[in-house]
Amino acid sequence: MKFFTEFGRYLLTLKGMFSKPENGKMYWKEFMHQCSEIGIGSLGIVAIISIFMGAVSTLQTAYQLVSPLIPLSTIAQIVRDTVILEFSPTLVCIVLAGVVGSKIASELGNMRVSEQIDALEIMGINTKSYLIMPKLMASIVVIPMLIVISAVLGIWGGRVAGTLTGILSPAAFDKGLHQYFKPYNVFFALAKAYTFAFIISSIPAFYGYNVQGGALEIGRASTKSVVVSCVLVLFADYLLSSILL
Amino acid sequence: MIEIQHIKKGFGDKTVINDVSAVFQTGKCNLIIGTSGSGKTVMMKCLVGLFEPDSGEIIYDGQNFSEMNTEHRKELRQSIGMLFQGSALFDSMTVEQNVMFPLDMFTKNSYPEKLKRVNEVLDRVNLKDANKKFPAEISGGMKKRVGIARAIVLNPKYLFCDEPNSGLDPQTSLLIDKLIKEITVEYNITTVVNTHDMNSVMEIGDHIMYMYYGVKEWEGSNKEIIFSKNQRLNNFIFASEFLQDAKDMRMLEAKGKIDNNRDMDELLK
Repeated sequence: MKFFTEFGRYLLTLKGMFSKPENGKMYWKEFMHQCSEIGIGSLGIVAIISIFMGAVSTLQTAYQLVSPLIPLSTIAQIVRDTVILEFSPTLVCIVLAGVVGSKIASELGNMRVSEQIDALEIMGINTKSYLIMPKLMASIVVIPMLIVISAVLGIWGGRVAGTLTGILSPAAFDKGLHQYFKPYNVFFALAKAYTFAFIISSIPAFYGYNVQGGALEIGRASTKSVVVSCVLVLFADYLLSSILL
Repeated sequence: MIEIQHIKKGFGDKTVINDVSAVFQTGKCNLIIGTSGSGKTVMMKCLVGLFEPDSGEIIYDGQNFSEMNTEHRKELRQSIGMLFQGSALFDSMTVEQNVMFPLDMFTKNSYPEKLKRVNEVLDRVNLKDANKKFPAEISGGMKKRVGIARAIVLNPKYLFCDEPNSGLDPQTSLLIDKLIKEITVEYNITTVVNTHDMNSVMEIGDHIMYMYYGVKEWEGSNKEIIFSKNQRLNNFIFASEFLQDAKDMRMLEAKGKIDNNRDMDELLK
């Protein structure tokens, strides 16, 4: 029963976002600010994770492919598909659920507790629209971009690791990258990226916006939003894989 | 003028406001007083629409707030300013940006025009050289003044102050009270103040409503409160022996039993 109540409140919060902006310019400014916060703010961690993720994929795939009948370029092919299909969208979004999600939840929670949301409300501003919508839109725009960057860096990391360890030459890696490439995989990765972006911004926004209490509750809301976002990302990952693949 | 008629509000089984009616006059400081938990803040939140009353009506200069749709409420809210207990300033913005925010959102003025208005209101609340500071860098009293500046920047018709003196020293409290009173008269605003500060009651209480556990227990002015026979009100306002003595002294003065112009230095010798 509690689940349905929470889900209903979540839908109502989302529904409340859709209204005519009081001042389009201010909403645009907030959207750009959020794009920079979410995009530039997460770029460093996304780059580090992606490079090492690709590098480790290369090493572990090479470790498992022991048959001399399998050409070395297959390693690059496996790394490419693993990174594009799973690692970049899912792993990076789980990390972003922590980085971006906790930031959104604690920011909105703090605004709620310190009556800043009430202050905006009394000014005649639709706070759901002004505070949640730009965050949601910015996530939907920026996170797929981060996923594309992550995939590129992941593959590059794999190539560098393969070359440095002498597992396979850059030429063999590049050859593998071009083998049996399906553009549909990129579409699939982007479909996941958009879905996960929505989850990891709307869930923390919901928990943060509806915080009641003080500092302790902000912390709880932040943790809960990250946990719920991660579970939903994994659930959506399975659902999308079973539908789209 | 704001009129409230038979307001009721409860949370679950608990009734917080029970059938309260009152009129808050324009150009006057209307105080809602009462002990903690008496329903003052809930009443104020009902007045500004942050809580929806279970029944009753709130009328702003003839416009029934309770029956307004969201768009009408948004329009009316642009003529409402509110000072929050914790000031509710936006942490990520400077003092100047905080005060300019309502202008950015609701006017099409150019930046120099907005800046001029911001400086005007900051001057009005006696706040200079703080434009570029962040809320974390200023004192509690300054935060309250920034809150007042932000509340009046759009020339509101109604000003709500939720415990404007909480956490302030007596001297700063008096300054804030004086400021609220001056602004109310100067801009002819309907001001509603939630407080349990005795000084505020005596200094600025043109019209006072005393609430006791959700019920309006007493209504009058700061002049009348001295002569009130309401025991609960007296226990609340003149809680300490010192204040009780001060009240007795005032009553004797009023009845002419003590000379108003008595020389205290002479008496203390």
